[in-house]
Amino acid sequence: MTLQHIDRQIAVRRSGGETGFGADFLHLGGRTAVRFLSRYGVLVGFLALWQVASSVGWVNAAVLPPIDMIIAALWKGLAGGSLLGDIAISLQRAGIAFAAAVAVAIPLGLFMGQVRPVETALDPILQVFRQTSALALYPVFILLLGLGETSKIFVIFWATLFPLLLNTTSGVKEVDPKLLEMARVYGASRLTVFRRVVLPGAVPSIFVGLRLSATTALLLLIASEMIGANKGIGFQVMNAQYNFQIPLMFAAIVNLAGLGLIANQVLVTLQRRLCRWSNPAN
Amino acid sequence: MTGSNRSGEVSIRDLSKSFSLGGRRLAVLRTLNLDIRSGECLVIVGASGSGKTTLLRILAGLEAADSGAVAIDGQPVHGVGAERAVIFQEPRLLPWLSVLGNVAFGLEVRGVPKSQAEERARFYVALVGLAEFADAFPSQLSGGMAQRVGIARALTIQPEILLLDEPLGALDAMTKIGMQEELARIWSEENVTMVMVTHDLEEAIYLADRVLILPKEKGGAARLIDIDLPRPRERSETRFVRYREELLREFGLH
Repeated sequence: MTLQHIDRQIAVRRSGGETGFGADFLHLGGRTAVRFLSRYGVLVGFLALWQVASSVGWVNAAVLPPIDMIIAALWKGLAGGSLLGDIAISLQRAGIAFAAAVAVAIPLGLFMGQVRPVETALDPILQVFRQTSALALYPVFILLLGLGETSKIFVIFWATLFPLLLNTTSGVKEVDPKLLEMARVYGASRLTVFRRVVLPGAVPSIFVGLRLSATTALLLLIASEMIGANKGIGFQVMNAQYNFQIPLMFAAIVNLAGLGLIANQVLVTLQRRLCRWSNPAN
Repeated sequence: MTGSNRSGEVSIRDLSKSFSLGGRRLAVLRTLNLDIRSGECLVIVGASGSGKTTLLRILAGLEAADSGAVAIDGQPVHGVGAERAVIFQEPRLLPWLSVLGNVAFGLEVRGVPKSQAEERARFYVALVGLAEFADAFPSQLSGGMAQRVGIARALTIQPEILLLDEPLGALDAMTKIGMQEELARIWSEENVTMVMVTHDLEEAIYLADRVLILPKEKGGAARLIDIDLPRPRERSETRFVRYREELLREFGLH
């Protein structure tokens, strides 16, 4: 927001004050509704269409059950506790893998971005690893680590590592050299330049990596749980489908979408906190 | 710095610098000799490629000369130093710091405690007329305001020598004139040696005690012109206009 915007908002508020509280309130209510519709209208429409299509019989309700049945199954699973165990184990797998990726990728990325020879030496092998699908490597990890938790966590870790690593590295490399020179003119030591200029400058890019990695973590979570698991959201999706409990299958899918949205929202909030200075565009 | 005999005097001896461009050596400075007096305002002009920015960067310690020497108050210059501050053409503000944070930055990186640095920064933020905007972020500022922040940051470290590399080059004409007046005021209040590079001849005459004209062609000699006008200067005054004509003639434009 620029100062001009602030000026304009103050001006708007002042002119609004003259029309009286009631009119203001209605106006505000109308505006909120418009904003809600313009943002969520299509989503609401899609869900409504699904509900109608399924209950009227335009589509096979056995394959695409109506929304209310899915919600009922979801509620039963959550309130009855049967889905909670799946969520807990899935969160644990994705969480450990994501945390490990953060712990490895951010320090390594910062180091690679700062020290050119290291980046030059590591880049080719990282590109090869990155372009090799983690799912294709999953059988290899199973051979190496067994069919238990370790291989599941490792395949998620593997896939989440690269988006974060590459974004951290490029974030460091893309810090404006003019700012680095400015800091040097003021006599900043190398460490101070890193701490005061490079690191804060790389934060937005690191967050891009974190958000990409979080999405990837959930993707790989489900894929890994579809093979050789007996618990977890991904297992539940497959299992419900085998047993033809289609509403339960959708309930598990909704669960997964919810996890993704929550993870993204947490990161967006954190990013806003840390990067109040950068464009409040998203 | 009180009581010291350091005063911001610069001596430049036989300074040469060349760059290689497409396999050819391109000399931008050829055995330049110059003494910059303590507390004066020296403005460097010259055609593109005449080496004015290079000279300023050597004075700043950001580049090394091929041969020759620069000394400040008798001490040879190697690299950057706390007695010099640089104001660039771009404000070069850290977008994640407030105006106050940016102005305090120069002191903080040298280890001055934050509260003390911010206290002195507040004084200079006010000096450049931005007291109300101390908590604003750079993205909220206009170009002229951002450049004032850069100027305040340089002043906060209380340098003996202020090096300005086309500091007003990116501003619109109206803002520029206001900022020239501001620079003249700051220079007279802060008792600092000012060395400034510009493309703008009027700006040079408005601010300078002496104007250094760097030659473009090989074999040309650098020339110094004293600007003997009372301050504050009046741009429409006859003698001001005459200096302008003289400078234009130097560039073969009149």
